[in-house]
Amino acid sequence: MLVVSIIEMSLAYRIIPRLDIKGPNLVKGVHLEGLRVLGKPEYFAKYYYEQGADELFYQDVVASLYGRNSLHEIISKTAKAIFIPLTVGGGIRTIDDIKNALRSGADKVSINTSAIENPDLIKKASNVFGKSTIVVAIEAIKQPDGHYLAFTDNGRNYTGIEVTKWAKNAEELGAGEIVLTSVDREGTGSGFDSELIKRVTEVVSIPVVVHGGAGRLEHLAQIFNNITEISGVSIASILHYDYIKKYKDLDGYESEGNIDFLRSSKSMSHIHSTNLTNIKEYLISKNINCRVVHDN
Amino acid sequence: MIAIIDYQMSNLFSVKNALECLGIDSEITSDVTKIMAAKGAILPGVGAFAEAMKHLKTLDLIQPIKDFINSGKPFMGICLGFHLLFTESEEFGVTRGMDILQGKVESFSRHVKSKKIPHIGWNRILTNNDVIKEDSFISPLKDINSDEYMYFVHSFYVDPDNKDIIATETEYDSFTFCSSVLKGNVFASQFHPEKSGTSGLKILKNYFLSL
Repeated sequence: MLVVSIIEMSLAYRIIPRLDIKGPNLVKGVHLEGLRVLGKPEYFAKYYYEQGADELFYQDVVASLYGRNSLHEIISKTAKAIFIPLTVGGGIRTIDDIKNALRSGADKVSINTSAIENPDLIKKASNVFGKSTIVVAIEAIKQPDGHYLAFTDNGRNYTGIEVTKWAKNAEELGAGEIVLTSVDREGTGSGFDSELIKRVTEVVSIPVVVHGGAGRLEHLAQIFNNITEISGVSIASILHYDYIKKYKDLDGYESEGNIDFLRSSKSMSHIHSTNLTNIKEYLISKNINCRVVHDN
Repeated sequence: MIAIIDYQMSNLFSVKNALECLGIDSEITSDVTKIMAAKGAILPGVGAFAEAMKHLKTLDLIQPIKDFINSGKPFMGICLGFHLLFTESEEFGVTRGMDILQGKVESFSRHVKSKKIPHIGWNRILTNNDVIKEDSFISPLKDINSDEYMYFVHSFYVDPDNKDIIATETEYDSFTFCSSVLKGNVFASQFHPEKSGTSGLKILKNYFLSL
């Protein structure tokens, strides 16, 4: 049994794999616009669940641009096999969209574009479904003057809205949580943007999960040690390669070719792929409180 | 068949999925006849206390829930379902609950000053060994380690009048609160067994599989 003495705050930090989804597939952006298919989301999800993922994020990466929202079958399959919270985002625009996502098996929904365009949606959704069901996702891009502005449509659309103001507003309107993404750092493996994270966690009293920049184990320990107020991290690049390497042949993946393409862009060389078991063991070794799953 | 009581406050399908994975037959229903005929019942829920009580009243489910509990068959309340069993809640002004168990539902903001609210994520449940021994049923907490992690998401906690029914406690920001109760055939938890991985599934299995 683990020595408990180091743990004062019993609430564990959450490690949340994020899966970007296009149609029936898990995808990953290789360069700014290109999306590569990596495989079936529900297989990755199961693998991560078994390794101790604390929650899962599914992000429909094209829905926002085309107004589509076709995740339901994937959500349904996932919800029947994994028993940790599932948050779904991408193209969620109305109360009905939320209802449908929850019906399919999502536990929470993440809204970005629709919340910024119509902040009242947060209030309404929070009243109808409960505050804890509504996550506001903020995509931040640093400006030359040092401010961070919120963007929509996966970092493509300029809104002019300052991130900390928006985060505070989202909380006031009834958001249960914020997921904060540094668009600048995402996929680069160069570490989290502490400045951005500090600014947001300082102004809100609801939990903040951070995303964008994790490339190696050290980044995770660093961010939890630097900013103890964060509730968790969402990670993608650092995890997906591990699954592919392991299951490349078993998953019928051959049609997608080898994985070297994923390393072809300069930024990919900063990603030291790992798995959740390693991540959790590493964090525990650094006295950072997280939940480790044992084989039963 | 286990009845998952539908009072329009979400969170029903996760419970059904979890039971299905365990091979336990269940039905989501607000039909009183079906509920009374079930071998066990679950009152899940996510959302606001006052809204929930309104729905329970409109759907005429309060007396059936009391009757079911009096029948002695296993009953499980989860999260909001746990809160509703008690006397009253201070969420948005004082609202009366079902008063099946005595106690109050209070806001974390009373005690949690330096951490975020809602309390979201995996936290340890410390089991009270005196309470978890239960004669007529397999205890839901059988084989659950005394510092197991479960998934929580809430801004309010329950303060039961009778401390003897407290089955597990959990700590957040140095504040210790009741994370589940066990009284006779009623087990109710603040955490979500259906969202707590294999540990949570074990609780559901313990309580309902052998019926």
